[in-house]
Amino acid sequence: MSLPSVSHGLAPVRTVLPNGVAVIAKDTRKTAAVTINVALRAGSIGDPPGLDGATFLLSRVIDRGTTTRSADDIAEALESRGVSLSVGVTRHVFSVSCTCLSADFPEVFAVLSDIIRHPRVPETELRTRKGEVATGLRQDEDNPAVRASDALMAQLYGATHPYGRPAKGTLDTVDRLSPNDLLNVHRAGFVPGATSVVIVGAVSTSHAVEVVHAGLGSWHASQGPAIPLPAPERARSRRRHVISMMNKAQADIAYGFTTMTRHDPDYYAFSLLNNVFGQYALGGRLGDSIRERQGMAYYVYSSFDANVAPGPLVVRAGVSGANVDRAIASIDEEIAVLVREGPTAKEHKESTDYLIGSLPRSLETNAGIAHFLQTAEFFGLGMNHDLELPGLLRAVTFDQIKEVATRYLDPGVATVVVAGPYADTQD
Amino acid sequence: MAIPAGAPPGAATREVTLDNGLKVLVREEHTAPLASVWCWYRVGSKDERPGLTGVSHWVEHMNFKGTTNIPRDQVKGIIEQFGGSWNGYTWIDQTTYLETATRDALDRMLFIEAERMARCLYDPEDCESERTVIISELQGGENDPDQLLDQELTAAAFKAHPYRHPTIGWLSDLQTMSRDDLYGYYRKYYIPNNATLVIVGDVDTDAALANVERRFGALAAGPEPDRIRTVEPEQSGERRVTIRKEGTAAYLRVGYHAPAASDPRFAPALLLDAVLTGAKGVNLWSSFRGVPPQRTARLYRALVDTGLASFVSGAMLPTEQPFLYTVSATATDGMALASVEAALLEELDRVRAAGITPSELDRAKTQLHAQLVFDADSVTNVAHQLGYFETIGGRQLFDDLPRAIHATTLEDVAAVAGSMLTVSNRTIGWYDPTNA
Repeated sequence: MSLPSVSHGLAPVRTVLPNGVAVIAKDTRKTAAVTINVALRAGSIGDPPGLDGATFLLSRVIDRGTTTRSADDIAEALESRGVSLSVGVTRHVFSVSCTCLSADFPEVFAVLSDIIRHPRVPETELRTRKGEVATGLRQDEDNPAVRASDALMAQLYGATHPYGRPAKGTLDTVDRLSPNDLLNVHRAGFVPGATSVVIVGAVSTSHAVEVVHAGLGSWHASQGPAIPLPAPERARSRRRHVISMMNKAQADIAYGFTTMTRHDPDYYAFSLLNNVFGQYALGGRLGDSIRERQGMAYYVYSSFDANVAPGPLVVRAGVSGANVDRAIASIDEEIAVLVREGPTAKEHKESTDYLIGSLPRSLETNAGIAHFLQTAEFFGLGMNHDLELPGLLRAVTFDQIKEVATRYLDPGVATVVVAGPYADTQD
Repeated sequence: MAIPAGAPPGAATREVTLDNGLKVLVREEHTAPLASVWCWYRVGSKDERPGLTGVSHWVEHMNFKGTTNIPRDQVKGIIEQFGGSWNGYTWIDQTTYLETATRDALDRMLFIEAERMARCLYDPEDCESERTVIISELQGGENDPDQLLDQELTAAAFKAHPYRHPTIGWLSDLQTMSRDDLYGYYRKYYIPNNATLVIVGDVDTDAALANVERRFGALAAGPEPDRIRTVEPEQSGERRVTIRKEGTAAYLRVGYHAPAASDPRFAPALLLDAVLTGAKGVNLWSSFRGVPPQRTARLYRALVDTGLASFVSGAMLPTEQPFLYTVSATATDGMALASVEAALLEELDRVRAAGITPSELDRAKTQLHAQLVFDADSVTNVAHQLGYFETIGGRQLFDDLPRAIHATTLEDVAAVAGSMLTVSNRTIGWYDPTNA
């Protein structure tokens, strides 16, 4: 094992264990605590055909028993130390993370390693967790924000694309999942070569690497075949979908386009565009128009999720049913102006300064550093990405921002979903 | 300026009170090149009278809309250009504003807060525009059945004390409140002698204090605001509220009148909650963003592990006056609320009758200790805790909390369980969906 390091900025230590596990360690002394963040490239895109929600359900049950520890043993080992495990699933990543006191780090990591390597999925635990997931799905059915967001993704990517399928599954698929289904998902995706471990906190980097090696160094498993991830077909016309929920007080709008991958050379130009459009201060230009000038919404913003496959740009707003059409027209108008004129020089400078200047804040906490380093590792951005990022943003020109706006944003091909107390009169 | 007040020798926090009554707390934290400034006002929804519910929160919104020296069109970006973020919140006891940015923005942050304290504009058009924004915020909350149930339960649990009405306000008050109502309220409570300014970060204390004096020293003190003196009468019988509306999930919430943060029973009550639902810490800004360690907690085992509920949580929050200890549960799809309630009340009756075990107390203390460490991981969080506790009763309450937790005995926890978790002290709320 070699321990190369970068000599400025965060300067974490990164090494790769012989079995392929990437270990990234950063020694900080903010508090007497350590954040552990384990990411496996085993997200919900790995759900087997017809078994949507398998990875999500695995995330709910993975820490409920291993081949050598019962659910109670695990709970006792973690909670007697004040530790709460967070297990999450995105389209591409299955993550297991927690913060513990420094003194407890080796014992806590040993438990995490066991959970990741040797889940057992006891039948009784699975039954209980299925009930929790089913209840969550029923709650989502009654939540306009979730309904709008999920429907937008299904519209943008199609119901069979890994980004368009329901990540939590459906009542039907969840009900059908067996322990073997979940263990198969685990076997296929949980392999050392697809695992990165970030350790940030009051622990020396050499000790951090030793502890990770002790927990995961003897793990051997082979990577399965890559999951096909086609580029989505871009919309050719405007689409509109309304989910009437007349029992609700407010409507949620989700409005979006498919855009680009994280490795697209225009990524930084689009990040700046997104900041100007729907992020800066109280929601960029969207916030200025819909919240500040027109007083229509408590929240309105855009988000940009460039990913392995081209990710979406999504505008979200919560407005009264009576203001839905006006709010959508305002989003259309802001896009049209931004495409026609591009950002102002002042906006360009402000957003650039903000994205660069906010870096120290996002890297203040151990959890913030761990998240940043995991993202850099996942996309192969390098361990000095914190140093390179300002230059990458500063290099973006006005013409590049205007060009990506023109290429990707067009109200004529927008996909619009409304969920809430609203009846469509345009169909 | 500067009357040094009561900070113990060697304390990391310097406390100073300006001649105009503004209390200033400064703590140097050199772990990152950042500074966080919070300005706290002792005004919240408990200070609102009928007809003006929601005014504290609306005033908070108006105080982001320009001042005499920060024109409306220059508000946007004023802190973002330093890479910073700014925000504010209003709750029952307090209204607060914060900026966290790189350390070179300290003077800008102090300038913003000094302007906010004395020179906000309250343009009539902005007041009208914000009316619909706030109604939108209220309606967004009503979309959430659990939030709706919380609002109804709190209103039922208090029949006299102003903690009974929601911080967002009642809709009719939001529809009728005037610009003059808002401005009058602002002028009454936004005075230096009703505020605490907190600075935490990579700063030099002496330089920061000099800067505070320059920005705030000339602001005039005002008359001490009069306060609503109502004390909630002792509850004399169980209360119930049932919401029957369209929905897909059923929710249960039980609330008990609970000790204030300054009450010696507060630490035992925190430990009791940790045993029942897992330790959360006491930082409203950060403690409640994740799931607490609760798999070994009594109510998790009784409700979630048995499949009765998909979720359970408890909230024992530090407040200036006696508020509520609440336990919430979401019934698993297909489970009857009555079954969830019966199992929950059985566990609460058990702990009321027999207290907790030594091992449970040890675990709860360890968990709370760890949470207090975890919650001190940023200048923003550290500054929040200083100002929050100073506003609800004195920061000494927070400084003393680890000792109070450590000193709590089994008997202390049993005593608070015995006195708090009684039938006559509770209000039970159901959200019973009509088409679930």
